[in-house]
Amino acid sequence: MAATLPLPGPHALQYDALSEADRIARWMVETLARRLHRRGLVVAISGGIDSSVCAALAVRAVGAAKVFGLLMPERDSSDFSTRRGRQLAQHLGIAHEVFDIAPALEALGCYRQRDEAIRRVFPAYGEGWKNKIVIAGGTDGGINYFKLVVAEPGGVQHEARLPLKEYLQIVAATNFKQRVRKTMDYFHADRLNYAVVGTPNRLEYDQGFFVKVGDGAADLKPIAHLYKTQVYAMARALGLPEEICSATPTTDTYTLAQGQDEFYFALPYAQMDVALWSLNHGVPAADLARALGIDEARAARVYADIEAKRRAARYLHAAAETIEPVGPPAP
Amino acid sequence: MPACAEPGEPVIEPHTTMDDIKAAVRRYIEDNFIMGAGGAALADSDSFLEHHVLDSTGFLELIGHLEETYGIKVLDDEMVPENLDSLESVARFVANKRAA
Repeated sequence: MAATLPLPGPHALQYDALSEADRIARWMVETLARRLHRRGLVVAISGGIDSSVCAALAVRAVGAAKVFGLLMPERDSSDFSTRRGRQLAQHLGIAHEVFDIAPALEALGCYRQRDEAIRRVFPAYGEGWKNKIVIAGGTDGGINYFKLVVAEPGGVQHEARLPLKEYLQIVAATNFKQRVRKTMDYFHADRLNYAVVGTPNRLEYDQGFFVKVGDGAADLKPIAHLYKTQVYAMARALGLPEEICSATPTTDTYTLAQGQDEFYFALPYAQMDVALWSLNHGVPAADLARALGIDEARAARVYADIEAKRRAARYLHAAAETIEPVGPPAP
Repeated sequence: MPACAEPGEPVIEPHTTMDDIKAAVRRYIEDNFIMGAGGAALADSDSFLEHHVLDSTGFLELIGHLEETYGIKVLDDEMVPENLDSLESVARFVANKRAA
């Protein structure tokens, strides 16, 4: 009789976080010195778990004196984000700057373009209202689409499916935030002759949860191979402040509180990690279903959704196409 | 002679058949998504998803086009592959919606 394989679960994501931190730190130094030829590292610190771990790894790699942290709040950022970001920079002992990108976003029309599109769906939307975008459809076996949720100043919420044109305009406008931040990352990287650290975890990197030429742009991405669960474990292993270790992942991009799972992922991150790990390791949907306590059809839809997002992510990862390879001839 | 429609109004004749819808949607898909690029012709039952003709944004474009062209409203729970993932299913779905 064949032995029953253990179900996938959080145990599959357990690892020696400190050894991995050392391996990453060695790779960062090696990459910086031998491939990028830069003298230090710029890390944009959001106050979330991923950028905090990346900043800590940067310090472990090259020392606090060669790491520059950037905190870039805007009008819709939560105050907690900046507070946690400052706390981390102080904890790590790195030079850092808080730069408010709201005036730049204002000048570019980020807020105006977004609000115009929202008002085409909810004409009463205005001062004091809040907004967010929520993903729907995919894990119910349907086609992924987005809903716009707005809240009146008194808190009453309204929700509507976003027509394509308005959805694209809201996303295009909010993408200014990540792209302006990246512009500032590279200003400081150029000024200091440093390299820019990109902070996606494996879920984000694999599933395309980033803005092309925004937070997707970087010189090195030290935690792109780590599941989010493993990033949390590393934060604790590296002794980061408790407030950061226990922070709930949010997009911090829209004015209403918005979890990453609402915006993009099919499941909360701990379950998404297990699902992605299982798909990567050939675990049948029936076993994933048992591990997550969901029915098999839903597990199959989660797999299909991961594959669909992976296909969409190809465009986000792709460098510009050329008609033929351009560069030195192959040796 | 085609009916003269106001801007924004559907321009489809009331007697449009499922085959007419299928042909019109094929033209729309070919013009907007395939854009003359090579590859095997799309069969009526081919899945847009499996053949990488449409991604989720592409489906939203298609839905917008169907609503505008045929004067229908696609409800949230109707946005499923069974209704929208091939020329055949789109034609059946639109014809049923128009008949309802």
